[in-house]
Parts: sequence; structure tokens; C-alpha cells
Amino acid sequence: MESLTHVCSKPTDRSPWALAPEFDRRQWLGTLAAGTIGWLTPAAQLLAEQAERRPRQPAQSLILLWLAGGPSQLETFDPHPGRSIAGGSRAIDTAVRGVQLAAGFEQLSAQLDSAALVRNLVSKEGDHQRGTYLVKTGYRPDPTVVHPSIGAICCHQLDVGRTEIPRHVSILSQQWPGRGGLLGNQYDAFQTGDPKNKVPDITAAVDAARIARRLADQRVVDAAFAVGRARQVESTLHAPLIARARQMMTSEQLAAFEVLEEPAALRASYGDTPFGRGCLAARRLIEVGVRCVEVTLTGWDTHTNNHETQRERVATLDPAIAGLLADLRRRGLLEKTIVMCGGEFGRTPQINRLEGRDHWPHGFSMLVAGGRIRGGHVRGQTDPEGKRLSSAQGTSIADLHATVLTALGINPAHEEMAAIGRPIKLSEGQPLADMLS
Amino acid sequence: MWKRNLLFVLLCGCGLVTVAANMPRPGQRADRGRPMRGAAVGDDDFRHTLERVNAAFRKDWADKHLVPAAAANDLLVARRLALGLMGTIPSLEEVRALEASAPAARLDRWVDGLLSDTRYHDYFAERLARAYVGSDSGPFIFYRRRRLARWLSDQLRDGRPYDALVRELITSSGFATSQPATNFLAYTIDPDQQNFHVDERKLAARVSRAFLGVRIDCAECHDHPFERWKQSDFEGLAAFFAGTRQRFTGIGDDPGNRPLEVEDRTSGKLRKVAAQVPFDSDRLPEQGGARERLAAWVTDPHNEHFSRAITNRVWALIFGRGLVEPVDDLRAGQPVPPALAILADDFAAHGFDLRRLVRLITASEVFRLGSQANPAVPGHEITPEHEAAWAAFPLRRLRSEQVAGAIEQAASLETLDRETHLLLRLQVLIEQNQFTARFGDAGDNELTDVGATIPQRLMLMNGEMVHNRTRNNPLQNASSQIALLAANDREAVEVAYLAVLSRRPTPPEAAHFVEQLAGSHRKQRAAQLEDLCWTLINSVEFSWNH
Repeated sequence: MESLTHVCSKPTDRSPWALAPEFDRRQWLGTLAAGTIGWLTPAAQLLAEQAERRPRQPAQSLILLWLAGGPSQLETFDPHPGRSIAGGSRAIDTAVRGVQLAAGFEQLSAQLDSAALVRNLVSKEGDHQRGTYLVKTGYRPDPTVVHPSIGAICCHQLDVGRTEIPRHVSILSQQWPGRGGLLGNQYDAFQTGDPKNKVPDITAAVDAARIARRLADQRVVDAAFAVGRARQVESTLHAPLIARARQMMTSEQLAAFEVLEEPAALRASYGDTPFGRGCLAARRLIEVGVRCVEVTLTGWDTHTNNHETQRERVATLDPAIAGLLADLRRRGLLEKTIVMCGGEFGRTPQINRLEGRDHWPHGFSMLVAGGRIRGGHVRGQTDPEGKRLSSAQGTSIADLHATVLTALGINPAHEEMAAIGRPIKLSEGQPLADMLS
Repeated sequence: MWKRNLLFVLLCGCGLVTVAANMPRPGQRADRGRPMRGAAVGDDDFRHTLERVNAAFRKDWADKHLVPAAAANDLLVARRLALGLMGTIPSLEEVRALEASAPAARLDRWVDGLLSDTRYHDYFAERLARAYVGSDSGPFIFYRRRRLARWLSDQLRDGRPYDALVRELITSSGFATSQPATNFLAYTIDPDQQNFHVDERKLAARVSRAFLGVRIDCAECHDHPFERWKQSDFEGLAAFFAGTRQRFTGIGDDPGNRPLEVEDRTSGKLRKVAAQVPFDSDRLPEQGGARERLAAWVTDPHNEHFSRAITNRVWALIFGRGLVEPVDDLRAGQPVPPALAILADDFAAHGFDLRRLVRLITASEVFRLGSQANPAVPGHEITPEHEAAWAAFPLRRLRSEQVAGAIEQAASLETLDRETHLLLRLQVLIEQNQFTARFGDAGDNELTDVGATIPQRLMLMNGEMVHNRTRNNPLQNASSQIALLAANDREAVEVAYLAVLSRRPTPPEAAHFVEQLAGSHRKQRAAQLEDLCWTLINSVEFSWNH
């Protein structure tokens, strides 16, 4: 039952559910240490110089636009117009000279100078579930340990701040939302649907007076149960959980889910779709200190009729991602937020007999923007004839994770202990220097 | 246009009628009362083992100077049994029946009833399936998980010896649809790979964890941190499946014993690995196909790991905590708790009879202890040492499917089982699946202890399922039916407690709630009963097995 203490409200608790602490112990200790050692050693001076050389603060939040099913790189971020593998798909120029996106990204293309593209991702996972696990955690599935998703890592590593609501949120979540894994299930993403609708489970089904009476009654029942087992009952943390749940139910920050409070014109710029509203909610959520928001857009698994389906999905994605990037930039939030956009793998360069494309983990794309990520940069390329990339030619998912973690000010080599007593790094990859400014 | 709509409705109606007509008729509980294979609770041999198990715990308590908790009352034990064996709680109907039967050995009789109940077969089959193939849907071209679960349920119903069941899982050939046991192999096939070979490594991991209770798969990437397993042990085990793949006739083997080819981690070169077992290789038959040889070695009655692994798993499913934790990590060469050794030896010596094992575990003294301090012993307290030594029943958080099952049953005064109307069963099934998906289904790791989370608490406080199952709905919900039917306030409170918590209210509780109900009528009364059921469902007692 010791493992349950993690929902306690100790000041170092960084779970997405933890309350804002009175002060940040780590920061305080750091200040203390620096103050004590500062004038004793020359190391402090070196540190101070280094801090000056790094002008920007690391990003504080992550928005993951998850394209579930595996988007076709050729119809999204890595077009090869005029080649046979394009199968007739067209491309358009962008704000970055010499870089094209697939037709349909008219709005995003105007802002590509604030985003980087990785076009040579390579993995060994061609199955939806395994691929999703890999891209969300940075690790291949392993029967002995469940790795935390990158959103859970953000919640675990970054400051709690004054956030009262869940700090890991999955909007329009599908089968495999981000999970806490070895960090604990309190880091699992809170799942919610179209922001147009009520957030599930967060509002009581009865009025406040009845809820108060029910909770008072519930204490009567719990008191009867605690006779002769007070210690065990306390270790269940039932009472603090209910208190925390109550606090969340009444938090003013819940308003961050209410996208309808935004001006109509702004809402329209994201597109009048569940995904567009999800992206808008993501911006509102990170404004109140949510560390990771995952917004899912499904329907990319185009084994048949690839071109039409991808085009139709892009029509939803383009205004949403462009609206999000523009909105973040306008509010000065892009500096503090990393946006990732991609899916579990790409799709085959060859078009099958049903005019579809199948799973292809041997060279696919992901868009990354914000924080220290170099806008307008393109990393890697795929073969114009559609040959698969070898691991040596490609970028690994682990390296991509290490890069994003670095941009968030998190040390990828930091180790957490798995239950089996094996230390696990947050990412086994190396940060990609070319992606960071 | 309206014609088409009418046709659609008609077709739906026809479909429903067909489904209903093809349902097994209620009352055909064919297996109810069928004579049990193996020894019954009464026989000397059974009692002898039971005594040894009880004595082993008592000796441990004496050595540690621990005073155990007093025995729990029968209703509470019945609740534990329902949760452990069926993933739900006793219905009011069952509570009444239990209380009406003669007190002597009524729990043993109740266990017998459960062992022939379809709910137990299905529930335990699903738990075993998770150990064998996990919970994900797998490669849909080759793999039919539900077939496997159905088949496991049938084996439990028929009292199939466990060694025979496992041998069939490892050795069977044919299609996933007609030979359900082959799904154990088929779920590992990667449809993107040529030849449709089974994944030898996944199978080695499953065989070692599920059947042997050891984590040889940690040695897949590195030698085990504090174990004797080497990478070569893992690869040797995997090599038994090297020739197995999906063919035109379903799962089958290539002729000859093909060695496994592995890429060396350091040199990157391919090397060949021959099939070998990680320990006790003298028991490995020399003749026969690779899978037959492995199956014979795994299920050998002298293979302690085999009987201990399943004994520990069944114990963990029933108690919520294994005698050894994690449940599939029985370290080689390390002593196991005496009770585990005694139960496992008995299991191997009595034809690997799962029902006898369940009866022994649930008849044991520790299963029937209370979880609270014994009021008759001055200053008695349940310490963590008591819990560690099983001197009190351990408080364990219910798994998500148990929470869902308990809510559904608590909201229905009648037993939800095979005799329940098909449409209601469908509704319950759908609600339960939606609930567990959101509440968090731990899949393969369902026996790992994890903390409760705030979203889970929010779901129980504000979620759709609890609301729908407690709100005013006299057709379905216990709360409304109690409000309508209870003769007086006292009875209303008592029935609500029995239906939700399987116990009667304590005098202070009864006084508190009876006073609230005093003088209320109709709508107000229905709302109050709704509040009471909500309150009981949100109590700590409801969410924790105790």
C-alpha cells in the first residue's frame, strides 16, 4: 500500500493531479545551494555565464496533435510531386523557400517558417498499437515494463505551478491515450471528447446541496467501516481522493475546456470541427498550466481510396494546426510550447490495387514547432523512388523524443526506476542538434 | 423513404427475434449440480491438505508473535468469493438464499455452486486468457481472441485438468476458428512479416511467465539483474517455436526441428540456436516434435514451477494479492511460502484439478479471516506485518472489471447471470465494457497493485454508469424498487446495505439513514434512496475488497 502514497499532497508531488505547492522545493533547494556554494567555488560563475549564453527559457508545455491510423507522408509533410510514388498528388510552395507541402495545406504552408519537419523517421513497428506505443513513449513495447508517454514525462518532470485541473489531457482520445506507465497511473491522460460537449465526470449529476449531503452521509459509512481498520482505511487515501475530486469539480480553471467562450472569428479560424475545437481547447488548457494536451484526429488508415481520404483529413487538419500555431504565436505562447504533429507510421510509397496505401514505418514524417525548435528547418529526406530507408539513413523516434525533451528543459538521460529494479532513461535517444536553435 | 425506414425497423426486429430464439433457454443450466470431478470438501485427503495449509500460516503467526483477526462473517466471505471468482458481488437474491440455508458448511456449498456457474467459467477464462495472450485484439487475420476465451471457459466448465489444457495450448495445430487453442500461438503472428511465422520470442516470454512463473524474458535483452537466467536460456526456449507458422491448414510446423536464427547483439551476425530448456533438462523428452517435447516438459508433474505458477495466480485472483509478488516472478532457487508449496504439490498430485485448488484456497482459514482488529482481544491492531503474514484479510483495491460488475449487480436486486433477459445482459455488458475502458483496464498487468486516481473517483462520483444505475428507474434500478417496495424505513435502509455492501447497517448507520427517510414519500423518497445507493457505492468499503 506504500505505492499509494503517491497521491498524497506532498510538495514534491508532480502528478497531473497534484495541487499547486506552497513553494517549489527543488527550486528552493537549488537557490539555497547556489547561495551557499556560490561565492565558494568558481563553478557558479561558469554556470551563470552559461545561463547568459542561453537566452531562451525552455518550453513548458507540449501539444501533441495525434494523427491516428498513420497519415501518408506523401499526402502531408513529404510530397514527391511528379514522381510515380506520388500517384498524382500535388504539392504547394510554402513560406520556406524550396520546401513544399502536399496540396491542401494552404494555411499551414504560410506558417511553415515557425515549424520544423523531420522527414526520415524510421521505426520497426508496423502495427497500430505497437507503433503508437513507440511514437508516444519513444520505446518499443517491452513485456517487462510499460514506458511513460511523453506527456506523462512532461507532467512528472515539469513544475506543477498553480494548476488545479488534470495536467495531462487527451482530447478526442481513441484507443491508446498517453499513459503514465512506470511513473504511475496518476500520470495517465484525462480523457475527454469534443470540447463543444460537457467534460465527462467532472460535474455532479445532482445539485450542490445534495452532493454535500451525500458526502456527509458517505463519511458516516466510512466511519463505520474504519472501526478496527483505521490504519488500512487511511492508507487507501479514499478521503483525500474525494477531497481532490471535489476541488477539481469546483475549480475555475475548468473554464479552459469551454471553447465557446472564444470569439466566433477565432473559433472559425481553427475550423468548425471537433478536432479544431480540440486544438483551441489545447491552447486554453496550456494557458492555465496543463503540461501536455493530446488532440487526436482519426481516419488516416487509408488501405483503400488513399488520396481522397487523406485529402479530406488534411482539410480538417490544415486550419486547426495553422490556427493553433498562429494563435500561440500571437499570444507569445509558441516560445513556451512545443507542438508535435504526426502518427504512428507513414504509408507505403506504392499504391495498392484498392488505390490505398498500407503501413510504412520505413521513412515517415513528423512536424515539430515551438520553443527552441528551429522553424523552417527540414531534417532528412525519403527516396523519390520509394525505397525504404535503413536505420542508418533515418532518424529514430528515440532521438526525436530526446530532442523534444531537451527543448522542454528535461534531461533525456535522467533515469527512473522500473518496478523490476531496472533503471529506465526518459529517452535512450540523443538530442538532434540541427533541430534546436 | 418511409418504406425503407419501415423495412429497416422490420429487419432489426427479425434479427432480434432470431437472436432471442437461438439463445440457450434459461433453466438449462446443464452443468448446475453435475457431479464434480476430483475430491470433494469432505474427503480426508482434502482436509489433510487444508490442515497443512492452515498449520503453515499459524506457525508463521506464532513465530512472529502475531494474533490473527477473527473469522469474517459468512456474507462478507460470500462477497469475497463473488468478487474473486466472478468479478461481481452477491445479489440480494443470493444473499437471501445464503441466509436461508443451513449455516453449517453453507459457504462450501456456495463455492460448489459458483464453480458450476457460467459467470465463474467466463470470468476466470478471461483472467487466464490475459495471462496467456494479453488483452489486445492481435492480428485479426489469424487471431480470434474471443474463440480462445470461449474455449477456456468451456474447459473450466468441463473440469479439464490444467496440464492437459496447457499442453493443448502449446501443441495444437489448425485454424484459429476451428481449433481455438491455436490462438495462443496465432496471436503472436506478425502479418507484415513473410511466411507468417509465430513470434518465438513473445511465445518464450508467455510460456516462461504464464506457465512457469518466471521472467526469463528479462533476459531477452540482458542477463537478468538478480536472477540466474541468461540470454541463452531465453533463446533456447524461443527455439522450440522456430518451425511454427501459419499455413494453408492453419497453425502448423515445418518438417524437421529447425533451429532459431538470432542476430547477435554485439557482432550483428546471425547465429543458430537449438531448442533447450532453462532448467531440469533431464526431464525433456528426446523424441517428438519440438512443441510436444516442450509441452511435456512444462506440464511434467515434477515441474514445481508449473504447479506453483498457476497456484500463485489463482490465489492472487481470489485474494487480490499473490503469495509471491509479482505474480509471475517466482525466483528460481528461492524458497516459496510453505502454503504455496503445499497447495501446488496437492494440485500436481490430484490431477491438476483447478476446482479442487479453488476449493482449498477458499476453504483456508486465511481466506475466511476478517480484515479488522479482533474486538475480543484487548489492544488488537492489524499492522502491516499482519497483512504481510496473512494474519488478516488484506484490503485490496478492486480491479476495474470488479468495480463495474459490482455496480451493475448492486443496482439489480435479482442475480445478473445466464438467466437474465438477453437484452438486459447485452446492456450490462456494453455498460461494463465502456466503464472499464474509461476507468482503466490494466490488461496483462491486472494483478499489479496500482494506486487509485482522481479520474476514477470522479467517474464513481459523477460518471454516467453510477448515475444511470442509481437514478429513479423503477423498471431496473434497485434504489427505486426499494423506495417503492420496502415495508418501512428500516427495511429500506437494510435492503440497500445488503444489495450494495452485502451487510446490514451498524446501529449508528441505521439510525442515521432511517431518520433521514422518516416521513418522505414518492419522489423525495426515490431521491433519498438514490442518494443512499450513491453514498454506499462511493464508500471506501465498496471499492476495496476487505
